[in-house]
Amino acid sequence: MSAVLNPSAPTIAHLRTIATPATDFRIMPFGVDAIDGRLGAGGLRAGALHEATAQSATMVDDAATTLFLASIAAREAAATGGPVLWASCRADLYAPALEQIGLSAAAVIHAQPRDDAALLAVIEDAVRDGTPSAIVAEASKVSMVATRRLQLVAAEADMPVLLLRRRRGLGENPLAEPSAAWTRWRIGTAPSERLEVAGVGRARWAVECARQRGGEGFSLIVEGSDETGRLAVPAGLGHRTAETVGTVRFAAA
Amino acid sequence: MPRGGGWRPGARWAREGLPSRADVETQIAALPTHAQPPMRELGRRSEAASHPYKVVTAGHPTPKASPLDIKTHGVSPLALIGKAGRREEVVAACEGARALGIHPGMAATHARALVSDLDFRPAEPEADAALLDRLALFAVRRWSPIAAVTPSDGLWIDLAGCAHLHGGEERFCRRLIAFCRRAGFTARVAVADTAGAAHALARFGRSELIRVEPGATAAAISPLPIVALRLAPSAISAAKRFGFETVADLLPVARGPLARRLGLPAITRLDQALGAVAEPITPREDAEVPIVERRLLEPIGTAEAIEQVMGDLLNDLAKVLQARGLGARALRLTGLRVDGTEQVVGVGTSRPTREVSHLLRLLKLRIERIDPGMGLEQFWLVAPHTEPLDAIDLGAVLAGETLVRDPARLVDVIAGRIGGYAVYRLAPVESHVPERAVTRSDPVEMPGSWPAWKRPIRLFSRPEPLARVMALMPDQPPRRFEWRGKTYKIVAGDGPERVHGEWWRRDAEIWAVRDYYRVEDEAGGRYWVFRRGDGFEDETGDLSWWMHGVFG
Repeated sequence: MSAVLNPSAPTIAHLRTIATPATDFRIMPFGVDAIDGRLGAGGLRAGALHEATAQSATMVDDAATTLFLASIAAREAAATGGPVLWASCRADLYAPALEQIGLSAAAVIHAQPRDDAALLAVIEDAVRDGTPSAIVAEASKVSMVATRRLQLVAAEADMPVLLLRRRRGLGENPLAEPSAAWTRWRIGTAPSERLEVAGVGRARWAVECARQRGGEGFSLIVEGSDETGRLAVPAGLGHRTAETVGTVRFAAA
Repeated sequence: MPRGGGWRPGARWAREGLPSRADVETQIAALPTHAQPPMRELGRRSEAASHPYKVVTAGHPTPKASPLDIKTHGVSPLALIGKAGRREEVVAACEGARALGIHPGMAATHARALVSDLDFRPAEPEADAALLDRLALFAVRRWSPIAAVTPSDGLWIDLAGCAHLHGGEERFCRRLIAFCRRAGFTARVAVADTAGAAHALARFGRSELIRVEPGATAAAISPLPIVALRLAPSAISAAKRFGFETVADLLPVARGPLARRLGLPAITRLDQALGAVAEPITPREDAEVPIVERRLLEPIGTAEAIEQVMGDLLNDLAKVLQARGLGARALRLTGLRVDGTEQVVGVGTSRPTREVSHLLRLLKLRIERIDPGMGLEQFWLVAPHTEPLDAIDLGAVLAGETLVRDPARLVDVIAGRIGGYAVYRLAPVESHVPERAVTRSDPVEMPGSWPAWKRPIRLFSRPEPLARVMALMPDQPPRRFEWRGKTYKIVAGDGPERVHGEWWRRDAEIWAVRDYYRVEDEAGGRYWVFRRGDGFEDETGDLSWWMHGVFG
């Protein structure tokens, strides 16, 4: 078949604008081109449910996931000026570390429900209330119906709900369960750059977007959050990112 | 005693150890005029002596003070005169007046004849009742939500559940007595399991403060006279005829015969004092508490209907609150069921508010706890706790400036769902020991901040021991360690950050030292480990290694 180039034929860029729906929602950019460029709308949708889970069942990956979500919430809180609601059934979160990525003690209200069912009810109440600028929740057992409810109320209130899916066991993978979340992330730690002097440098995370609406999955290595919740791309990463793009889409459920 | 009918009660020669006439007269002359004893006490016989066998029944027995050792406190003796039927009699007399021979129940003319210059005043029972009522209102506001007047001279305060707010029963009673003394009253306080027993012990007990331990009610009231049981006069006279003097006499008697002799109300009084029959205290209602009421034409039972009533009541209450410039901190909704029982639900708010939509949302969370049964036909909405709430200045909002959002509404909603204790902020504490640097605080308050030392995002509540640690002493981070059965090889580390024990808390911490290191393993995991001891002095620690948290 011969390719006839017709000037009136739609270009690929034109077709793409028709295929992708107009983004009439507010977005929360990461401020890092490497991530924002790969997210469908140029950033995370503000009024949506976003899920993140640790890459492995180790505590350090869990901590990296917590910090990743906290940094998103910190940027959103700084932008809108409301408090962040942190709902968790456990009490091992250490508030001074939250302050060091931009979530000061005055900006966080903690809620500690008894179980996951109460936690989901608390999130829904808080979203409907509309006072918080963002909600971070740690839960392990969240059903598909629950995520759909959260996504709907979050879209209605235009408030990000950041859900940390805890692993319940070694073999269990929260991302294998169906979910109505707008994006699903898998976060782990990565070896940081060795400094020339003795000491520990800025943390690095292996960030993997396993699924997003209106875009492909991707994975890359970023430098951990600074004191205002901003991530960064390590220098000299340009050669390594291309090979990982697109592959994880099939790896993720 | 001389034989032959020479005995006469009160004869001067029958008394012993009397001071000489001259002594007595000098002492009497030293007293103020009103405190000087009547002629009878001086041994003159120009007036009639009271009958020696006539028992003074009115009032509780007080030891009669000798006229020579009364402390008048600079107040002249006083007696109140009231009408009993068609007879004027003394209804109350102060201690000074009693010492002069005036006792309640005495004819007024008799009293006037005995002490002509005593301060006699007419009794005012209505004014007394009004004063007692004010005291009950004060008790409702200050001490316990359930407090009531007991007729003529007493006050019931239900201390169950609120004694700890005043430092325990004993302390509360002492403060109560001190309060009454400052106000110019003589108070007698008794704490018991039942209202009847407390009533009896306060009036007929031995001391001014009696606390009966739970379960010891029967033993405590058994030595009291049966008058203490609030019996009708006919029952008291009947009991006297049968020889019942104290409550202990009544206890072993079979109930049936006792009821036939004293009447059924007397048995009920006895059971109320012992706790076998309930005697609820109807509390004094505080008229200042905003309350609104709705009576329904027919009983309702559905959630939607209850919600409608809640909304109507809140609209009414908001008007009442607005008129008084108040905001509600707590609300109590009471629904009266068809079968006569009450369904009560309550909500609290973290800031005073009278916003109907917000309060309605809090109340709606409680609808599921209302059991309508056969239907609810009447509702009251009370705001037991209110605080002043003035108009809010909205100028900045109207000008378009962004404000820090007030979290109070959010806190109320969550606290209504999971309980107030589960909503909090984490506030700094001035301590360098990591696990003590954080405390929970009121979610509406704005806490301060921590120093910018590197801290892990997850802190273990108790540190976990590390095994097979390889580290250079004294100030190098570990090279490898085993934790939870896994070996970690460390490639980089920061530290040490030395934290000294807080010697002012515990003796064991006087010399204690922890050296904290931030270390990173091969896979990029970051851990916060510490070593006990500084590596030089043995008493600073045993050089064991511990894991205390993880960084992201």
